[in-house]
Amino acid sequence: MTTVSMTVNGKSVSGEVEGRTLLVQFLREDLGLTGTHVGCDTSQCGACVVHVNGESVKACAVLAAAADGADVTTIEGMANEDGSLGVIQQAFQDHHGLQCGFCTPGMVMSAADLLQKNGNPTEDEIREWLEGNICRCTGYHNIVKSIQAAAATLNGHAQAAE
Amino acid sequence: MPKDQGIGASSKRREDIRFLTGNGQYTDDINRPGQTYAYILRSDVAHGTINSVDTSAASAAPGVVRVFTSADMEGLGGVPCGWQVTDKDGEPMKEPMHPILAAGKVRHVGDPIAVVVAESLAQARDAAEMIEVDISELPAVIDMASAIQGGAEVHDDVPNNLCFDWEFVAENKDAVDAAIAGAHHVTTLELVNQRLVANPMEPRCAIGEYNRSTDEHTLYTTSQNPHVIRLQMGAFVLSIPEHKLRVVAPDVGGGFGTKIYHYAEEAFVTWASKQINRPIKWTSDRSEAFMSDAQGRDHVTKVELAMDAEGHFLALRCSTLANMGAYLSTFAPCVPTWLHGTLLAGNYRTPLIFTNVKAVFTNTVPVDAYRGAGRPEATYQLERTIDKAAREMGIDPVELRRRNFIQPDQYPYATPVAVEYDSGNYGATMDKALEIADRAGFEARKADSTSRGKLRGMGIASYIEACGIAPSTLVGALGARAGLYEAATVRVNPTGSVTVLTGSHSHGQGHETTFAQVVADRLGCDEANIEIVHGDTSKIPFGMGTYGSRSLAVGGSAIVKSVDKIVAKAKKIAAHLMEASDADVEFKDGAFSVAGTDKSVAWGDVALTAYVPHNFPHETLEPGLEETSFYDPANFTYPAGAYICEVEVDPETGVVDILNFTAADDFGNVVNPMIVEGQVHGGLAQGIGQAMLEGCVYDSDGQLVSASYMDYTMPRADDLPKFNVDHSSQTPCTHNPLGVKGCGEAGAIGSPPALVNAVIDALAGHGVTHIDMPLTPKRVWEAMNK
Repeated sequence: MTTVSMTVNGKSVSGEVEGRTLLVQFLREDLGLTGTHVGCDTSQCGACVVHVNGESVKACAVLAAAADGADVTTIEGMANEDGSLGVIQQAFQDHHGLQCGFCTPGMVMSAADLLQKNGNPTEDEIREWLEGNICRCTGYHNIVKSIQAAAATLNGHAQAAE
Repeated sequence: MPKDQGIGASSKRREDIRFLTGNGQYTDDINRPGQTYAYILRSDVAHGTINSVDTSAASAAPGVVRVFTSADMEGLGGVPCGWQVTDKDGEPMKEPMHPILAAGKVRHVGDPIAVVVAESLAQARDAAEMIEVDISELPAVIDMASAIQGGAEVHDDVPNNLCFDWEFVAENKDAVDAAIAGAHHVTTLELVNQRLVANPMEPRCAIGEYNRSTDEHTLYTTSQNPHVIRLQMGAFVLSIPEHKLRVVAPDVGGGFGTKIYHYAEEAFVTWASKQINRPIKWTSDRSEAFMSDAQGRDHVTKVELAMDAEGHFLALRCSTLANMGAYLSTFAPCVPTWLHGTLLAGNYRTPLIFTNVKAVFTNTVPVDAYRGAGRPEATYQLERTIDKAAREMGIDPVELRRRNFIQPDQYPYATPVAVEYDSGNYGATMDKALEIADRAGFEARKADSTSRGKLRGMGIASYIEACGIAPSTLVGALGARAGLYEAATVRVNPTGSVTVLTGSHSHGQGHETTFAQVVADRLGCDEANIEIVHGDTSKIPFGMGTYGSRSLAVGGSAIVKSVDKIVAKAKKIAAHLMEASDADVEFKDGAFSVAGTDKSVAWGDVALTAYVPHNFPHETLEPGLEETSFYDPANFTYPAGAYICEVEVDPETGVVDILNFTAADDFGNVVNPMIVEGQVHGGLAQGIGQAMLEGCVYDSDGQLVSASYMDYTMPRADDLPKFNVDHSSQTPCTHNPLGVKGCGEAGAIGSPPALVNAVIDALAGHGVTHIDMPLTPKRVWEAMNK
């Protein structure tokens, strides 16, 4: 067993894990953060996407031990401080960007990383970025719409701040 | 002005808040005190005799609580089938035993052989590697055409692997043969509706828990219909009465049909948790899902369509081989028969129809209903054949369809295949689709493609489906072993808020929002005052669950019935409070008044009076305000529509680019347009996935070659276009109180033929008349270059 320590959603956490424990297992089973989901076993579906040190990664493809010392954000850390939905989350609700909700945490985390890298993505850029996130419910139509709307809102915020 | 709440409003989904914040509670998110973990050792061969299973080393491995094999489970029932089809000779279908764990033989890759229960999943998995299984491999039965010739047999007591040989409509056979023999033209098409894997993003999961002090079992499971699981598992597998068995289906991450069925793993964890007196959790990984979730489609069909010189359809004759897989799943026998044969009239006036369906056992994962179930197969064979006929007859494909459409003044319309369509207007959805898809501008766009060396095509398809499943008397006569009504309780709480308990189950459809809209509309109150509860047999009186686009048409109707009873009783309470006669009380905008007076009483006062009955008509009414209803539909509902796809094919590579996809549907009345459109989007993605990308592949040894997302091509965001969807053509259902028809499966039904027709249209100049799905670049290129 190895001791791992990391910051998750702004809080310092630590735990004892086997060497083979994946980050997603540590989050779900040790920390009880079950918003991050497991939808496949080949790192294809993206239901487990979280941010590690600001970058979106598939938490099924990272050992918990490899995330020792990292700053991790999960879907549970994406709402505003008062509990209301963050901009991307709100856009997903407004534009019906989710149905069963299982891929949704990964989609939101992936979208958040896209928008911090490219604040004004085209439809094609969004679709290409989402290559690693599979949704079986929505046909992606409204996910793309949600991300475009979130980009517009964030850009509006940015403009208002300038 | 769009409405801001109630029926017709695109109310935002209330369930989204928990899903978007990571607070959804799916089965695998649940952990019970003292929980153990199950790992299932599955067969890695398709067919074989089990000589021995040695679990001694595994049983002694670290953390192992117990190892189970079929020898431990003697006396338990098998996984039951819920539908009995009768053979053309009047004999019942062959229904071989489906044991919880393989007994004597393994019959498909993934057939469960042993289960290790341990303190952790890792320990269970490690121990499973120590189980020694000795299997003598037998020849695998994979190809259906060979299977029915005999030789190797999946079940010793099923000769030639034939589950049943079904004819429909048997009395029409001779007339159909004669019409085809004498017709001006007969279009013939042989096609494959390939096997698909439903692939909801949440893998299946089951937690069994037993309480010794109360002798009660609880099963948490990823199901579309917890009451049905309780019925099947309790009555037929484990002999646990309903009052000692609670089934909970919490948030479920997509179903698409494959989470309807009762699965062996559910029975195992429920039973074994009592044996070890600790909760047991089993969670499928994705590879396991490919080997154990019931799969879909898998028909091989020959179609013959006879026409007169003007293209009027005279007769249709079909024959289908339908793959059942190794065992009969819950609805499997119904899919290629009653959900398929009865839809072969499509949107048309074809007077004579005959089909023969042979259901075949093979050494593959069981096949059952997948989004659409039988209706996509019927629509695909019909709409592909009509398209080929149009080309052969030199008639425009839209015109040929219009010439044969059932006309708006012909409803109710009794088809020759035993169903009666209540309403529809197929010309209207076709007009709408043609307008949105800009068919008028197609030739100019095609010329542009041609100038760039590309081949452009437009494909058209109509569809009809039977939803709102189903009238119990009818399905009982057809072999169903259950009724297909729905139940709902509406409970008005003392302060006037409303709790609705529904037997429908939401696994992405947004029932918590839609049902609240329906109730709010009828009660004239705010949607926020209404709570929708589903998914727990200990809370909901009864239910048959969600599939076949039945939730609103059947489940919603049960809710409406209860609401109407509530209003009727509330009016009597209000009459008492206003000292008026019942007949004079009006209920409008959430308040009661007496016609022609200024007397009125608020909803909340009536609710409170029902529970604090100090001033109450005790001589005629009981206190309380709660009503339960069961709604059994009078008929199926018949959503229909027209789909148009425009593609560009690169002749150098065979790559198909979808440029435009239009879906014009008639769902009758629509409660939440936003949700309805989302359902169509999702259906289109699955239909386009079938047409272009997906296919479940077994090799001749029965190895499942496409058993991961590395090998089975799921549609991704950059594989799909934006969709144009329209549901403005509305012919309300005539026999349910909401006038709704159901929208969950339409997209997956209408889209495959539209897409394939488009590609064939693009390739028409190359002499290509058919390509079997999925239309991969390889298949398209080979068809062009053979």
